[in-house]
Amino acid sequence: MAIETFYDVIRRQGISRRSFVKFCNLTAASLGLGPLAATQMAEALETKPRTPVIWMHGLECTCCSESFIRSAHPLAKDIILSMLSLDYDDTIMAAAGHQAEAILEETKAKYKGQYILAVEGNPPLNEDGMFCIDGGKPFVEKLKWMAEDASAIIAWGACASWGCVQAAKPNPTQATPIDKVIKNKPIIKVPGCPPIAEVMTGVVTYITTFGRLPELDRHGRPKMFYSLRFHDKCNRRPHFDAGQYVEEWDDEGARKGYCLYKMGCKGPTTYNACSTVRWNNGVSFPIQSGHGCIGCSEDGFWDQGSFYDRLTGINAFGVELNADRIGATAAGVAGAAVVVHAAATVVKRLTSKTDA
Amino acid sequence: MSDAPHSGVRFRGVIDLDEHKVHDRPTIYVYEAPVRAWHWTNALAITVLAVTGYFIGSPPPALAGEASAHFLFGYIRFIHFAAAYILAVGFLVRIYWGFVGNSHSRQIFYLPVWERTWWAGVVHEALWYLFLRKEPKKYVGHNPLAQTAMFFMFTLFTLFMIITGFALYSEGAGIDSWQAKLFGWVFNLFPNSMTVHTLHHYGMWVIIIFAMLHIYAAIREDIMSRQTMISTMISGERQFRDDRED
Ligand code: HEM
Ligand code: HEM
Ligand code: SF4
Repeated sequence: MAIETFYDVIRRQGISRRSFVKFCNLTAASLGLGPLAATQMAEALETKPRTPVIWMHGLECTCCSESFIRSAHPLAKDIILSMLSLDYDDTIMAAAGHQAEAILEETKAKYKGQYILAVEGNPPLNEDGMFCIDGGKPFVEKLKWMAEDASAIIAWGACASWGCVQAAKPNPTQATPIDKVIKNKPIIKVPGCPPIAEVMTGVVTYITTFGRLPELDRHGRPKMFYSLRFHDKCNRRPHFDAGQYVEEWDDEGARKGYCLYKMGCKGPTTYNACSTVRWNNGVSFPIQSGHGCIGCSEDGFWDQGSFYDRLTGINAFGVELNADRIGATAAGVAGAAVVVHAAATVVKRLTSKTDA
Repeated sequence: MSDAPHSGVRFRGVIDLDEHKVHDRPTIYVYEAPVRAWHWTNALAITVLAVTGYFIGSPPPALAGEASAHFLFGYIRFIHFAAAYILAVGFLVRIYWGFVGNSHSRQIFYLPVWERTWWAGVVHEALWYLFLRKEPKKYVGHNPLAQTAMFFMFTLFTLFMIITGFALYSEGAGIDSWQAKLFGWVFNLFPNSMTVHTLHHYGMWVIIIFAMLHIYAAIREDIMSRQTMISTMISGERQFRDDRED
């Protein structure tokens, strides 16, 4: 049997051609590709055999899936879900038990080297990896097994990309990001806790239609969504440059919508598309609603001290002190030493003069 | 003292010499003009960088009024970046001068750990600072203890500040900028640039502590040692206050 195309699948589901073309245009625009790409995308989806996607879950909270199924464009959700749920996603598929396990075996055999492995969560490696066991096998084993024959891997969210809160010091289960476990496959990281729905659907659509990964940055993130910081496109940025900050949560500045830098906003160090794509159908994003960015798409955001401090320390010191407190203390000690030394020099000089 | 007093006869042309004692002291040219010019430019740039850098971490109280009426934080950052370029270009020029200048122009870039006399100097100067020696030795260039402090606390950390600073700068300049191409690798070591901010911040404190100790030592040695210090960094000439062997 010839593998059906993506277009066949959605037409069978009763989605009109008009809606399909709309979807292609919207997705092409959100990926920052020109109008030509929409046509290419439509053509690819109509003619190329559908790329199967297997979606696995490791140690995680399922917020990536939650975000994903809330993708703004109603069609995007249907389309992509039909793309996926036909294959395997253990939290939202209909199949269960042996039937579900059989899907993995089948995909691995039938689409060897062709399917995409999307991973949400990460494998804990402590205790010989004996965590997240379903179907009698720990997640780390299943992950390696399915990765063997995948063409590429999508690492969803901060868990799969960086480790996330389960990897917070001292990381008792030794939760480990995907790229530290699977070394021989192209891996695309889509960090965020969770990633933005449109970013996720955009990435899946790009990969399944064009059959390759989009352009990645040095950390393996798609450039189209992660090449700018939150801060670079923030609507409060004029207040940042002007020097107008919220100093306390209920002050005048907070009411006027000043910059949240002093409240520990991590926008200046966070690469994500929140300030452009926004959340929940483009309704809002943290800073628009008055809360600083916590940097959830950055490596180690969980170990950077308080979300509400601008200055953070380095954990190795073991104490909750920021860079200025430690620095100023050291400088104070050095200053005191200088004063004592100078005094001792004077005393020594005076006393040795009287000796002479 | 070997330098005997002279009458006004040998120092012709001094109008108000009167009955003052005049000493004949050996003088040597040490710090060439580029080194001196660099030292003071660099000291100024670092002062500006430390002040503006501190404010970048802890901005001044919020200004009232329209955002369009102010650009305070923008200026603070601009001054930081302008001074940063002066520091970085100065450092490059200084490295160049280390190649073409006199032997003392190379002192801040390496430590001659293979030389026993150098180690003896480190020990002697340390003991002098611990009040365990009656007087320091004489040196044409930096004394070995000063050289050690300069190498570790200044040269290495300034390099560190330039590297981390330009890496942070590349975040604003964009991933296609030359700053990102040259310094983006910093984020391979520290993927979260918040860590780089924090390290850059610690680096400032190391350099501040260096400056405190350095200025204290320069003043103290100017008074206590057997040679001139601060004027040497201004005129380039080092004058020894005695002519003894040891
Ligand atoms: C000795 C020299 C320097 C000192 C003492 C210094 C100090 C500082 C300090 C304390 C901060 C605040 C860090 C934070 O908490 O976010 C900072 C930020 C920064 N510095 Fe420097 N710095 C120096 C050199 C440089 C150089 C050579 C550059 C290169 C361009 C540079 C670029 C930056 C940038 C881009 C930031 C971040 C600004 C922002 O986030 O808005 N610095 N510096
Ligand atoms: C009022 C402030 C300062 C004074 C009076 C001063 C004085 C001096 C003097 C007298 C020397 C020559 C030392 C010797 O012959 O062994 C020197 C060298 C040096 N100073 Fe300063 N200094 C000042 C500020 C600074 C600052 C802020 C820095 C940087 C943090 C700095 C960095 C250096 C370095 C790197 C050298 C070695 C120069 C070379 O060999 O190229 N100085 N300074
Ligand atoms: S609110 Fe945050 S992201 Fe926005 S300008 Fe201020 S610091 Fe930058």
